[in-house]
Amino acid sequence: MNKTYINGVGCVSAQKTFDTVFLEEAVLNENDNLLPIQAPVYKDFISPAMIRRMAKGVKNGIVASALAMKEANLENPDAIITGTGMGCIEDSDKFLKALIDNNEEFLTPTSFIQSTHNTVGSQIALSLQCKAYNFTYVNAAVSFESALLDAKMMIEEDDANSILIGGIDEMGDYTASLFKLAGFIKEDDGGPYPLLDSKTTGVVYSEGATFFVLENKITETTYAEVLDVEIQNTIELDEVEAKAAEFLKSNNLQISDIDAIVLGFDGDVEFDTYYKKLTENSFVNTPQLYYKHLSGEYNTASAFGLWTASKIIKRQQIPEILKVNTLQKSQYKTILLYNQYKGIDHSFTLISDVKPQ
Amino acid sequence: MNKGVAITGMGIISAIGNSVEENYHALINGETAITTIENINTVHVNVMKVGEIKKTNEALAAELGLSPDNSFSRTAMIGTIAAKQAVKNAGITAINEYKTGLISASSVGGMDITEKHYYDYFNHPELVKYIGSHDGGDVAQKISEELGLKGFVTTISTACSSAANSIMLGARMIKSGKLDRVIVGGTDALAKFTINGFKTLMILSDTYNTPFDNNRKGLNLGEAAAFLVLESDEIVKKENKKVLARVSGFANANDAFHQTASSENGEGAFLAMEKAFKTSGLKPSDINYINVHGTATPNNDLSEGRAIIRVFGEGNIPDFSSTKPFTGHTLAAAAAIEAVYSVLAIQNNVVFPNLNFNTPMEEFNMIPQTELKHKNIEHVLSNSFGFGGNCSAVLFSKAHE
Repeated sequence: MNKTYINGVGCVSAQKTFDTVFLEEAVLNENDNLLPIQAPVYKDFISPAMIRRMAKGVKNGIVASALAMKEANLENPDAIITGTGMGCIEDSDKFLKALIDNNEEFLTPTSFIQSTHNTVGSQIALSLQCKAYNFTYVNAAVSFESALLDAKMMIEEDDANSILIGGIDEMGDYTASLFKLAGFIKEDDGGPYPLLDSKTTGVVYSEGATFFVLENKITETTYAEVLDVEIQNTIELDEVEAKAAEFLKSNNLQISDIDAIVLGFDGDVEFDTYYKKLTENSFVNTPQLYYKHLSGEYNTASAFGLWTASKIIKRQQIPEILKVNTLQKSQYKTILLYNQYKGIDHSFTLISDVKPQ
Repeated sequence: MNKGVAITGMGIISAIGNSVEENYHALINGETAITTIENINTVHVNVMKVGEIKKTNEALAAELGLSPDNSFSRTAMIGTIAAKQAVKNAGITAINEYKTGLISASSVGGMDITEKHYYDYFNHPELVKYIGSHDGGDVAQKISEELGLKGFVTTISTACSSAANSIMLGARMIKSGKLDRVIVGGTDALAKFTINGFKTLMILSDTYNTPFDNNRKGLNLGEAAAFLVLESDEIVKKENKKVLARVSGFANANDAFHQTASSENGEGAFLAMEKAFKTSGLKPSDINYINVHGTATPNNDLSEGRAIIRVFGEGNIPDFSSTKPFTGHTLAAAAAIEAVYSVLAIQNNVVFPNLNFNTPMEEFNMIPQTELKHKNIEHVLSNSFGFGGNCSAVLFSKAHE
């Protein structure tokens, strides 16, 4: 069975993640409940006419995918697989608002056309003239992991040599106001919002686009091997440790084999208990990392987590800003990622350094 | 030829019926259900016809026994009804007995509920529960909760080919051993959002849709949900399960031509069909019936027709029909309900009629089957295409012991 390697990455996020080495310019912002993204210079990647028409999620997706492909020296992938929780919410809001405000009259199709969840995947296909397999997953916090799992299956089944995968989410003003009303986003003026010491429910939200080139071969740009990814819709709090152990066991690993655990802590005091179960018990002697204080929470923020873990394995170094505890290892060979949102859509992802072939 | 993945259960709710039996009855009796909109308050009520499930949200909630404080969108309710039927039909009593997954599909998720309350949330605290019901994942989560399913759950959204892709992923996960059993399909309720979206694209018919007719004027939207249960051969053998039919081939390709229009030569559709044959080991000449995408838009039928001619050869096209004159175009659910119809065609050895057809298209010689036809059906090809150039083809085959 073919192995799956991460050979290129590209990330647009609330941090400078596209023209830096590895979070050396990261800024911790605990004052906002909506973290703005560090926008790239779009015109370096997209024609001015297109920039005007495209929503930011599409633009960010195009930039992040271009960066990942450039790094992996890939021109035309054998599949394009994306994940997005909320889809093109800006265009969706725009069309819906116009529809309601004008009582279904005087509408134009542009924002409707761009509101489709698979817009990013299809725009990339269009620009590359890529006629291959093209899927989009839209299942909240496992949208990206669904894409990862699909790609890994394709490579294992020998259906593809090189696959572009990515997680994209954008936030719109109106949706943000609804999320605040529903308590999904922490209250305005409730700051600062320290993530690990949070005493409140809800999260600090953001947006982003993170892409990876997955291939069946090791190259000069290889970051890591994707050993496994597992998705489970519900796990009870008292089951999460056993579930993690079971996942490791199915990969012939034990907790002591894990050199770092990357957790999706998002500052929601109600559901961070899942992560604490692991950090305070099974993985108490494992270097523990978090990242959503930098990326913010969004349905595909876990792709930022995988980006972080990939960088750690490649660079064999962990930026201080990611550390939950002070434990260190001389080598970072195997990293486990665990994520969930609101106690549902759990995912475990396992990556490792590359064994010489 | 590979054996394909066993289908052991089906469930469906559409404009033409609330069960597999009702849908079949309507299909063989030519009973269409394209009507005026009743459940949605839209200004376009007099200028379009739709395939609508004639049940109010209240009736659907009552049927499911939902508590008054539920936050189900219509999409989630019809999805749950179809998924429950499928699970029951497969004779499943302990849903988590095997490694079981759910792969749903939806184009706009809970948009039907969002558009209804969009500005009201701030003044009506009792509506706030619906804010989290908007995204596609919420629909799958609610269905899995209603089924009591704990396991792999995901949702695919590739516009109008979505459910074909959920069938495809499910079949792959059974074949690879990642799952023992998976419930695959899709659900989409009618929404003002899509009604108006398609209206701005000017591809809605103001009368009844007429697939593959030279004078076709566009599509009728519809709403529906359908799910199929796929199971591993190990379970089928161990539990002596009845196999309704098999998923014998599938492929997805991208037209890479335009965000909403299909290329003139149907490149994406051609590639999807060609690859589906390759994965199945079947040849075009093995196909007894094509359930075409056939939306009756000028663009789709021309593009799809040309792609079919490229795959089969103009003189060798098997009986084909679009069932969209019965149901309307049910978007992300279309490939799921048409998968049910493909299985019914195989089980009952019938070709369903392509209603409303009068005049052959001038571009090529392709005449759909316009009357119900009885003949042995071993293999069916089902096509589904969506925005973003997304093209899928799935092959279904008769289950032989």
